[in-house]
Amino acid sequence: MKRLTVPALLALALGVLLWVCMNGVLNAYWQSVLMFMGINIILASSLNIINGNMGEFSCGHAGFMAVGAYVSSLLSVACFTKSATFGGPLFSPDLAVWLFPVVLLAGALAAAVVGLLVAIPSFKTRGDYLAIITIAASYIVKSTIENIPLIGGARGFMGMGGVMNAMTATANVPWIMIWVFVGTVFSVWLIRRFIYSTFGKGVDAICQDEVAAEIMSVNTDRVKLVAFMVSCGLAGLAGGLFAHILGYVNPGTFTILKSTEIMVMVYLGGMGSLSGSVIAAIAMTLLIEYLRDAFGFINSFLHFVSVIPDSYEVTQVWKWVLIPLLLVLLMQFRPEGIMGRRELADVFPGLRKFYKFKG
Amino acid sequence: MALLDVTEMTQCFGGLCAVSEFSVALEPGQLVALIGPNGAGKTTVFNLISGFYKPTRGEIYFKGESIKGLKPHEVTARGIARTFQNIRLWFEMTVLDNIRIAQHHALGYGIFDCFLRTPRYMRRERDIEDHAMEVLERLGLREMANEQPRNLPYGVQRLVEIARALSIKPALLMLDEPAAGLNSADVDGLIKLIGDIHKDFGLTIWMIEHQMDVVMSLCSWIKVVDFGATIAEGSPTDIQNNPDVIKAYLGDDTI
Repeated sequence: MKRLTVPALLALALGVLLWVCMNGVLNAYWQSVLMFMGINIILASSLNIINGNMGEFSCGHAGFMAVGAYVSSLLSVACFTKSATFGGPLFSPDLAVWLFPVVLLAGALAAAVVGLLVAIPSFKTRGDYLAIITIAASYIVKSTIENIPLIGGARGFMGMGGVMNAMTATANVPWIMIWVFVGTVFSVWLIRRFIYSTFGKGVDAICQDEVAAEIMSVNTDRVKLVAFMVSCGLAGLAGGLFAHILGYVNPGTFTILKSTEIMVMVYLGGMGSLSGSVIAAIAMTLLIEYLRDAFGFINSFLHFVSVIPDSYEVTQVWKWVLIPLLLVLLMQFRPEGIMGRRELADVFPGLRKFYKFKG
Repeated sequence: MALLDVTEMTQCFGGLCAVSEFSVALEPGQLVALIGPNGAGKTTVFNLISGFYKPTRGEIYFKGESIKGLKPHEVTARGIARTFQNIRLWFEMTVLDNIRIAQHHALGYGIFDCFLRTPRYMRRERDIEDHAMEVLERLGLREMANEQPRNLPYGVQRLVEIARALSIKPALLMLDEPAAGLNSADVDGLIKLIGDIHKDFGLTIWMIEHQMDVVMSLCSWIKVVDFGATIAEGSPTDIQNNPDVIKAYLGDDTI
């Protein structure tokens, strides 16, 4: 009975989601907000493995996301659509529905491999050095993409809309919504299984006392590499989904600002708390969307009271003032984040009646 | 054949030799003490054997195989467990998790078993938990399984650390000042506990200890080091009357 609570709730949620999307109850804008929420949940909860559970500091999550985004986009466009870059489809577009998850997983795998390449040299160092190396790695990824004209260079790569169309031609349901939902659930599920296993608890042990972990037979190098690969792989999965929501990718998206945004979510949620990351990702997505409107109001208000010159507009760029400011305030006043190191079940023990949380 | 055979192990940091030409042969089942004044290099000896540092010179054999240059987790997997002078538990996890994590050397499953919860994974996790509870039961810590060590009294933290080391099922247990910071009642309990686990588990125990009542009542053989070199070894009574040892601890009486 207890085992079935969460699967049943998720199935219900997916059903409701599909119903509201297909009946036009939810307009395209709110659908995209929901999808970005899913992407952010994957990104925040996967970064949480490194920055939260392991207590290291990786600032290059956007770079791994870019790897996943490009690899899965290139694969899906080459396989299922006719494009200028790759010519005709390799497979029949009818297969897009079935092979799409394979394409996403290929992107995730590529990101995990790049993560491994970064992790091997960088885990010889610690703290600030890891932060610098991961930033550098994300910029290497970005500049590499910008300098390959075949995949669009700095202009970006498009054509994923065709893949989506191929899928809707098979069955007219909001496919991308389904995949984002499935991807999000899959990621959280995977992370949960990882961090609650004896193997995954080694990651927390490294965070709390690495020397003790090594002496108590934890192969710290291996545990760190595996954790880093899982984290980067899921970032790649998020990247693949992200690219297919927008229908096009641009290397300019995957800058340090994107990494910062994900980091703010992790610290807002509480380091090492999976449910905290999920809650914070939802809250941040809504906040960012709210700011989109709010800046319009603030702009007209400030012009109305003549605080700023008429020629100056308060634009979306101010988001990048507010998000870092949020990080500063958070560190100052509630460094442990919303949840601290606790999980939802620790805060609301009543939930245990419905589901077996640990294990 | 000796269980642990260390020959002429030397460790120099720059020009200073923390340990010089240290040799020891521990027979299975022995309970040996390593004593010496502060800064004599005792903990460095433990750190060298457990793989923190690679000795500058000398050899370390355990069960007949060289363990020199192995990583600490590899040394532990071969059956050498230790505790620390200043307790190094994972303070913000449950006691049970502290013991579970120490089973990494015998995990028996990989990352994909962990994602897919294969039968092998389920079986191993259950075994690990059962084993952990058994060890806790043995040391009378069963009720504390779900407590976090930071909320436990100092004496109990010491016990948890010993339980964690024992859970590795070592052939050699190295205790680094197990009685440090304990009150006299706890020390009596500790003496009894160490004596019991030595007998019950058939362990070889090697401890660094400053409290002479612990050393004298437990150990059959004592090795004394000072400035990185061995200055005396022998039975407790020999050591108590050894002029070099008295000199090392109390200083020379000639002014």
